[in-house]
Amino acid sequence: MLNRFMQSRLRGLMVLAVILFSLPVFLSNPFHYELATQMAIIAGTVVGLNLLVGFAGQISLGHAGFFGLGAYFTGIMTGHYGWSAIPALVVGAILVGLIAWIVGRPILRLKGHYLSMATLAVGFIIAIIINNERQLTGGPDGMPVPVFDVFGWELSPFGTYSLFGIELNGSEAWYLFAAAVLLVAVWLAQNLIDSPIGRALRSVHGSEVAARVVGVNTARYKSLVFVISAVYASVMGGLYAHFQGFITPAVASFDFSIVLITMVVLGGMGSTMGVILGAVVLKLLPQILTHFQEMEAVMFGLILMLTMIFMPKGLLPTLQMAVSKRLKRRAGGQQ
Amino acid sequence: MNALIEVRGLDKAFGGVHAVEGVSFSVQAGQVYSVIGPNGAGKTTLFNLISGLYTPTSGEIRLNGESTARLEPNQLAERGLCRTFQQMQICMNMTAIENVMLGRHLKLKSNLFSTLFRLPSLLRDEQACRQRAKELMEFVGCGEYLDTDASAMSYGALKRLEIARALAAEPTLILLDEPAAGLNATETAALEVLIRKIAVQGTTVMLVEHDMKLVMGISDHLLVLNYGRVLADGTPAEIRQNPDVIAAYLGG
Ligand SMILES: Nc1ncnc2c1ncn2[C@@H]1O[C@H](COP(=O)(O)OP(=O)(O)OP(=O)(O)O)[C@@H](O)[C@H]1O
Ligand SMILES: [Mg+2]
Repeated sequence: MLNRFMQSRLRGLMVLAVILFSLPVFLSNPFHYELATQMAIIAGTVVGLNLLVGFAGQISLGHAGFFGLGAYFTGIMTGHYGWSAIPALVVGAILVGLIAWIVGRPILRLKGHYLSMATLAVGFIIAIIINNERQLTGGPDGMPVPVFDVFGWELSPFGTYSLFGIELNGSEAWYLFAAAVLLVAVWLAQNLIDSPIGRALRSVHGSEVAARVVGVNTARYKSLVFVISAVYASVMGGLYAHFQGFITPAVASFDFSIVLITMVVLGGMGSTMGVILGAVVLKLLPQILTHFQEMEAVMFGLILMLTMIFMPKGLLPTLQMAVSKRLKRRAGGQQ
Repeated sequence: MNALIEVRGLDKAFGGVHAVEGVSFSVQAGQVYSVIGPNGAGKTTLFNLISGLYTPTSGEIRLNGESTARLEPNQLAERGLCRTFQQMQICMNMTAIENVMLGRHLKLKSNLFSTLFRLPSLLRDEQACRQRAKELMEFVGCGEYLDTDASAMSYGALKRLEIARALAAEPTLILLDEPAAGLNATETAALEVLIRKIAVQGTTVMLVEHDMKLVMGISDHLLVLNYGRVLADGTPAEIRQNPDVIAAYLGG
């Protein structure tokens, strides 16, 4: 039994790996690679947010705040203080985790709309601070971020690299790196979900009362998952900053928080692969609908609303259900 | 003898309604102790008070001599108290066996590091936990549902699943709130056997139930509530002959 379960866990991860690493076949220019890399980084953020929203049933309308904090912390430490990227990412993640824990303790006592409002406020406050701390962050104009490096070895979108004898340009190399990071992010998330901690998290969603009477300290677990999802956002934000080479307060904006939550809802709350699909779809959409640029926020709001009304389980779970229903019907028809 | 549960002058008011009023009683370890009474008598409220979901308006509950006033439900669980619900509380976002494994929450070490990297120690614990959960599901008679989504199970099976989850915590005291409600005669008979098995293992059982045949057959002691107050308190034989009870409840 356990074996079968393990296999099914690994199968999902393997399918994702195959998709990610065969995608370059369809990518023909640096712009495609740039988009795919952004998708992978944002998908990683959404996988973390889904732990909070989809699995633990909480909400954060300010998650871009943590993404932005991670991005700016890395940008500032590597740019102004000459840190290497890895320690900047790690220390940033720890700090953001700490901040999430401190603000999470009190606000996660709230439920429903109150929790939404409180997390929204957290996001706003972070965005305001980033906007106002001009000396550190460059304010609304943004700031440049140095090239990503692993203790001196640099990964630049403009470099050339070779991997197992294959020549790669910088954008290809960055994509592969981001894809690998996403795989690790998914693997960690799946490990978390399928564990005693994961069951406790899901029980907070499934029945908080049941969770409490079997001994789950629900307040503690809500804080824990809030911190974990913030750490995901922070690390991904840091990578995003290095990849872009330039960040503005938009990375911490309310609009971006809404984009993240829409990805989770559209893709399928509680489905790790689903929210990745959500990230891909919502990242592609503005490319296709370039004429609606100014209407982007409206469009995302509309998608969020329509999904919740017509497809509350989200894209991937709904598709999976439709497919399995059809298979069942076909099997039934043959008898 | 020291009581496992000791309740003194317990009161719970919702606005002007006293759902539980001046209730005192004690439960000895090893008993099957049933609480009966008409609809709205305050039985569920009493269970919610004992399990820490409600805080008393006044009065006191002692578990093994310790006041539970400041304890959260999860802290009471740490002290060996677990329960099921009249309004079933199943995690529909999990499989059947995961619900039972959740019951073993306090028995499992949950180390974030070994969780994230799925270290062998975690896998061993999980396997043992799963094995134990499987045994419990067989014990309560839903062994065929292991990896079924809870949301796909029948009402009767879910009721038993909830008992399995409570048992998974290895409680010293288990509270069952109307476990037979909605069950047919066969299922009720199976439930009676199950409750006896639980009691034989040495677990103290507190039971709220409307099925008089079940209650009278299984209980060591009965508490009769009416409008939040204790109407009578005694063995099944005593309760059967109690004129107040006959007038207020059994007769009506
Ligand atoms: N959370 C609450 N808020 C307000 N009133 C409540 C609440 N819980 C219970 N009551 C009231 O307290 C009284 C006792 O309810 P309780 O659920 O304890 O009865 P019960 O004995 O379990 O009844 P039943 O046999 O129908 O389950 C009822 O009048 C009910 O309306
Ligand atoms: Mg009741």
